[in-house]
Amino acid sequence: MIVLKDIKKSYGLPKVTVDVLRGIDMEVAERDFVAVTGPSGSGKSTLLHIIGCLDRPTSGQYLLLGVDVSRKTDNELAEIRNRKIGFVFQSFNLLPKLIAWKNVELPLLYGGVEPNTRKKKALEMLEKLGLSHRTEHYPSELSGGEQQRVAIARALINDPAIILADEPTGNLDSRAGKEIIEIFKRLNEEGATIVVVTHEKDIAEEAGKIITIRDGVCQSGCY
Amino acid sequence: MDVIEVIRISRDSLMGNRVRSFLTMLGVIIGVASVIMLISIGEGARSYIGRELGNLGTNILIVVPGKTSAKGGFHPPAATTVRKLVYDDALIIKKRSRHIQDAVPLILGDSKIKYLSQSRDNSVAGVTETYFEIRNLSVESGRFISASDVDSRRKVCVLGRTVKNDLFGDKNALGALAAIGDGKYRVIGVMEKKGVTLGIDFDDIVFIPTTAAQELFDTDSLFNITIKVRSASEIDAAKEDIRQILMKRHAGREDFTIMSQDEMVAVMGKILNIMTAVLAGIAAISLVVGGIGIMNIMLVSVRERTREIGIRKALGAKNRDILLQFLIESVTLSLIGGTGGILLAGLLSFVIPYFVEFLPTHLALWSIVVAFLFSAAVGIFFGVYPARKASLYDPIKALRYE
Repeated sequence: MIVLKDIKKSYGLPKVTVDVLRGIDMEVAERDFVAVTGPSGSGKSTLLHIIGCLDRPTSGQYLLLGVDVSRKTDNELAEIRNRKIGFVFQSFNLLPKLIAWKNVELPLLYGGVEPNTRKKKALEMLEKLGLSHRTEHYPSELSGGEQQRVAIARALINDPAIILADEPTGNLDSRAGKEIIEIFKRLNEEGATIVVVTHEKDIAEEAGKIITIRDGVCQSGCY
Repeated sequence: MDVIEVIRISRDSLMGNRVRSFLTMLGVIIGVASVIMLISIGEGARSYIGRELGNLGTNILIVVPGKTSAKGGFHPPAATTVRKLVYDDALIIKKRSRHIQDAVPLILGDSKIKYLSQSRDNSVAGVTETYFEIRNLSVESGRFISASDVDSRRKVCVLGRTVKNDLFGDKNALGALAAIGDGKYRVIGVMEKKGVTLGIDFDDIVFIPTTAAQELFDTDSLFNITIKVRSASEIDAAKEDIRQILMKRHAGREDFTIMSQDEMVAVMGKILNIMTAVLAGIAAISLVVGGIGIMNIMLVSVRERTREIGIRKALGAKNRDILLQFLIESVTLSLIGGTGGILLAGLLSFVIPYFVEFLPTHLALWSIVVAFLFSAAVGIFFGVYPARKASLYDPIKALRYE
């Protein structure tokens, strides 16, 4: 499903060039639950951004569902993010001025779905995540765990091919964190492909596969 | 993407910063209101002048002695003397030109008018019987000067409202003998109130037959000949006729000037147009300043919402979606501002005439449309730069922005 071939990413700062990724080869198969770990600064977030089509590799080839996306335009990438990818962030990244279901419907909005369907789907998805009593609440009125569940609902709403999570439990207490991991596990059992960046051991252990990145290269688990 | 949803997003964002949005709009409100107000004052002045001159009759030509340019500006005084216009000039003009309905030889002067112990210095106009009709004047009581009054040099007078009130108070003036200059004049009529028209107070004039005025002022020189042309389409032909007739009588010299009332209106209209354009142009500058205010606030807003832009992009918003979102926001600001400006202008143009009597206003529809479109254009023009900036944000950097 995801194939990365010799992916390199470097940032050209004014005087020096920083090589963040120095040739990553990896594969993620359908229904995989992959944990990407590594010390901070190892490049795992950058890797996730490239997989999530938020960023382009400097060189190398990235095949998503058999399509080379490494040289797509901004708008094409936006469309891929919209239809194929669901993001879950460490800091939830909900829009503070929108109530829960309005946040959840955003991907559908940019996907051109008409308003009634959007609302119906968003409410269904929130119900699935046990938040039917919180649909009209603003993010600031929700607990951290609830906010992250809203964010997961948003990630799932477009029925994406892959769910990408960047330290999804990093801002949560351990109980809420566990809940979130349980949700990911359940989703994976239902057939979702999930890639989680984390440095928490217990999450990594729940995943079926662990990839360790160090200094921009793959240390273990890439195949 | 759903335009209604984008409008909703803009609305929420504007409502979330009410004071800021209002202050930003204020620039546009003031700009639009002042553009419309100045145009409406210009239009008002123009229709005022048109109406006033209409009040004084239509299709009127006035011949005055001496040559002046109709376009304003006087020729340097000629070395030769100017031949005066006389009573017979008027008669002959009327007789010889088929385009002319009436020609009134008019003598104007000042004289003391006295009744019993009351007296005042007054403008006295010597006119003939058709003058009243030409100038749309009417009597309140009694009658006008008649043809036989003129022919037989009868000493009769018609009093303007103010003159009558001053000399007679509430008493009946008809039939009384008033002293004008050295002569006794019988009052045969009192004018209806006409008011001040273009600076001339018709209520403050005493009318006597032209023939009597010649005697009173001991002159045969006319102040002007007031001519009524049969129809608007004949004005040019009438002018040419008058020119031919008078030049023949004045030994081939064109030592007189024919002015048409409509020309005077046209000249004044032109001046007013220029003034209106200049003033509206100055007001438009304030609209541009308002637009810069919008741009400024939009830049702040884009910066503040960097993270939101990042989130939206991560969820699949295209550059175009972001551009549209911010552009609609700035256009909404300017359009609401424009609407507010129109309402303010409407209110002012309604209220101003109550307080400033000499400032008639006329709210022109076209000025409203133009101002509204202009404010929309300002919103787009000054909104494009911030919106484009927002749309080009790199999603990752935007997501990391705190």
